[in-house]
Amino acid sequence: MSNGQVHAKELAKKHREISVAEFFEKNRHLLGFDNPRKALLTTVKEAVDNALDACEEARILPEISVEIIQLSESRFKLILEDNGPGIIKAQISKIFAKLLYGSKFHKLSQSRGQQGIGISAAVLYSQLTTGKPTTITTKTDKNKKAHQSQLKIDTQTNNPEILNEQEIDWEEKDHGTKIEMELEGHYFKGKQSVDQYLKETAIVNPHTTIIYTNPLAEQIIFPRATDELPVEPVEIKPHPYGVELGMLIKMLQNTAGKTLQAFLIHDFSRVGPNTAKEICENSSLLPNSKPKTISREMAEQLYNGIIKTKIIAPPTNCLSPITADALEKGLRKEINAEFYTSVTRPPSVYRGNPFQIECALAYGGEQEKDQTIHLLRFANRVPLIYQPGGCAITQAVQQIAWNPYGLSQSRKALPVGPCTIVVHMASVWVPFTSEAKEALASYPEILKELKLAIRECGRKLGLFINKKKRLHAESKKRSYIETYIPYISEALHELLKIKKDEQEKINQLLYQILEKQRGILEKIEIDNPDYDEDLAKIGNEKEEFSLEEELVTPKTKPQETQPPKINKKDKQTTLIK
Amino acid sequence: MKTTQKIKAIAEKVYQTILKKKQPELKMPLRSLNNVKYDPKDGYFELVGKMKERTLTASTIKTFAQTLKMMALSKSIVETNDIATKREAYYVSKNWGEARFKEQPESDTVMDDVEAMMMVNREQIGFVPEEKGGDIAGKLVVVDKDQDTGKQLKIDCTKMGSGAYSIPSSVEHLKFETNAKFILAIETAGMFQRLVKHNYWKKANCILVSMGGVPTRACRRFIRRLADEKKLPVYVFTDGDPYGFGSIYRTLKVGSGNAAHINQYFCVPQAKFIGITPQDIIDYKLPTHPLKEVDLKKIKDLIKNDPFIQHHKSWQKALQQMAKMKVRAEQQALAKWGLNFVISDYLPKKLKNEKSWLP
Repeated sequence: MSNGQVHAKELAKKHREISVAEFFEKNRHLLGFDNPRKALLTTVKEAVDNALDACEEARILPEISVEIIQLSESRFKLILEDNGPGIIKAQISKIFAKLLYGSKFHKLSQSRGQQGIGISAAVLYSQLTTGKPTTITTKTDKNKKAHQSQLKIDTQTNNPEILNEQEIDWEEKDHGTKIEMELEGHYFKGKQSVDQYLKETAIVNPHTTIIYTNPLAEQIIFPRATDELPVEPVEIKPHPYGVELGMLIKMLQNTAGKTLQAFLIHDFSRVGPNTAKEICENSSLLPNSKPKTISREMAEQLYNGIIKTKIIAPPTNCLSPITADALEKGLRKEINAEFYTSVTRPPSVYRGNPFQIECALAYGGEQEKDQTIHLLRFANRVPLIYQPGGCAITQAVQQIAWNPYGLSQSRKALPVGPCTIVVHMASVWVPFTSEAKEALASYPEILKELKLAIRECGRKLGLFINKKKRLHAESKKRSYIETYIPYISEALHELLKIKKDEQEKINQLLYQILEKQRGILEKIEIDNPDYDEDLAKIGNEKEEFSLEEELVTPKTKPQETQPPKINKKDKQTTLIK
Repeated sequence: MKTTQKIKAIAEKVYQTILKKKQPELKMPLRSLNNVKYDPKDGYFELVGKMKERTLTASTIKTFAQTLKMMALSKSIVETNDIATKREAYYVSKNWGEARFKEQPESDTVMDDVEAMMMVNREQIGFVPEEKGGDIAGKLVVVDKDQDTGKQLKIDCTKMGSGAYSIPSSVEHLKFETNAKFILAIETAGMFQRLVKHNYWKKANCILVSMGGVPTRACRRFIRRLADEKKLPVYVFTDGDPYGFGSIYRTLKVGSGNAAHINQYFCVPQAKFIGITPQDIIDYKLPTHPLKEVDLKKIKDLIKNDPFIQHHKSWQKALQQMAKMKVRAEQQALAKWGLNFVISDYLPKKLKNEKSWLP
């Protein structure tokens, strides 16, 4: 035996299959669990996304309770409860404790979750950082008992491990699901905080009530602003243009269609008999070939044939935009500005996936003048908090020339000015740059639509800023003119001996003449009855508040045995001791 | 109409307009060279009728208010039979709050506008200038009044020794006695001194006037009245430069754009130019100075925009000749040929040879 063979054999012993769960264990940053701060946010985000999707799918107005309790310096407990349809027993463990198990990966419909990773990744993270299982309580019917189970993920097999299971009474709920998990995290206030995330979620989901209790035991209620559920997104079949070769092969294997033609017609949108025939022709394949017999090479022919064939764009009625009005209203709640505008673009298509861009903008008022604009990004009603730089939305804003619209901007940077821009992308498949779903990938079609939407708001902003400048100049001129009016009446008093009270009358007449001559001076001011001061504060706290940092000092003291309690007051008393 | 009535009438119109809720305005003649014409029959710059308007606009509101305030000041001065110098009027405006004048030229402008609006002379609305009217020496008796007693007072300008009689700011009340043959108006005090020192007026039987640069209104009016009443020719002796031609001589003879509304009385149409011409510079081989950029510009401007120069070919030729020569000469440059060359040679020769004059 040569040395080489020995090595190969030894190496072969070391090679083994890695499960998805195991992979994640080592690469948690890919799913947004890079550090304790982000992990807490991502966990809340995945749980909330799931709950909202479940409620909306069942056409229930969501009411979600989020409670975060600090157990120790870096350990938190998350309790999330929704009023969704509940989950049938057989699926509970798979949904929460098997990665890539989901209802959404194989269908095309506008939803928050897409790939079935989110919540199980959170469960896995909890398990990795605390060693504890996650408890799921769920109830599907008023007349049934609730089912409670404690779950873990077997990271080697990516299979759920049920530690404990029981039927219990859950009186307060007719139906719904409750998740309880412990995890390592870090709580803070301000930008990129859980508070901010939940607030933004509430703003773009006005049909939702969120009751949030943060680790400081502050309860914040974001009440529902409308009883109307968003238009139900329609599920569509994939469009041929949006399918990659691997996916195509998989679809050929799993299809119920007996012939290639039937497969094309039934499994894709926008493919009728004629188009199917044309695709077959362009691929040099027989329309009556059996899909299961199509080889890899033939599949590649088919793939190229699809590209050659002209196929009409997918239907776009499957999208459920927030609507420009609602987006603008959300902005009004949050910001006291002088000017608001919003636009919803008509739906468009990238790679066979329908999508739609909406944009709203608030300018002036109480916003900072000398800082870069505030950009809020959303995808399928989910706030995007991290990675602004890598996001197509940010890039679109940067690539637009803002100087003509009245904001100053250094080359290809975010503009500077008292302005907030909100951008939302709705799509059956949102192309995120990573599994953590933090930034949109910049497909040319998406970038183009983003720019069109933002530019349209920009143009309106430009008109407003010009008008404001004009009014400012006019008001300066007018007050200059008004300065001299009393001297005119005074001179007339001296010249014609008119009486003092008549002098005042002359002043008034002159003011009137001036107004008649130059028009009524329009005033620009904040007129915003929708503003919600308490809401606006959340996530905008200047000083980042951190429990952990405050606890650094007592940590050095010997009596460290008792973990500090949740409540801020309690904590202070312990410190005094 | 009396001044106060005129002022009141204008104010009343403004007042009534305001009561009718209409935009009040004050209109007055535009006082500039492009609003005058020159007709040699009349002999002075006449207004052609362009008006400027002050009303409730950002660019005119301040002067609108200031004009009314100035009218009010004028009225109170006239009513109390007092006078105010232009500078005093400027200081009075410091009580006008935001409508006060920052610098005196602003208040002078508004004052001139009030004058022009009412087509009167500033003395009639109670204002007097600070500046001296000019100096007189020679064969003239000025008949004035004693300021206290009102008694007639005769001032003999032959008896001023080495000094001179000073023209007052208002000259309307003066009377003259003379048997002089002509009036000689001189640009510089230096040349005037020389002629007085050597009693040139005795030799030439004339009246000498020192203008000291551009003649003041009083100076112009004084010469005009004297020349008209005593039927005397007027000769003007200035430096040979664009300023002497275009500003000093032209203003004396036909008035100025700025005072277009009163030129009729404040000009001397019979004046003739016997000062240094470009031809004199050549003929007398006078020492010169090079023309500066501003001088050349002034020449261009005179040829292009001055209705008086435009009317007289000989003036255009002289100016073009100077522009070509690119030099100028002062009247005192004649001293090159001896300090009294001006008395012994230049003036006698000039006065004899009408062809060497300019109109």
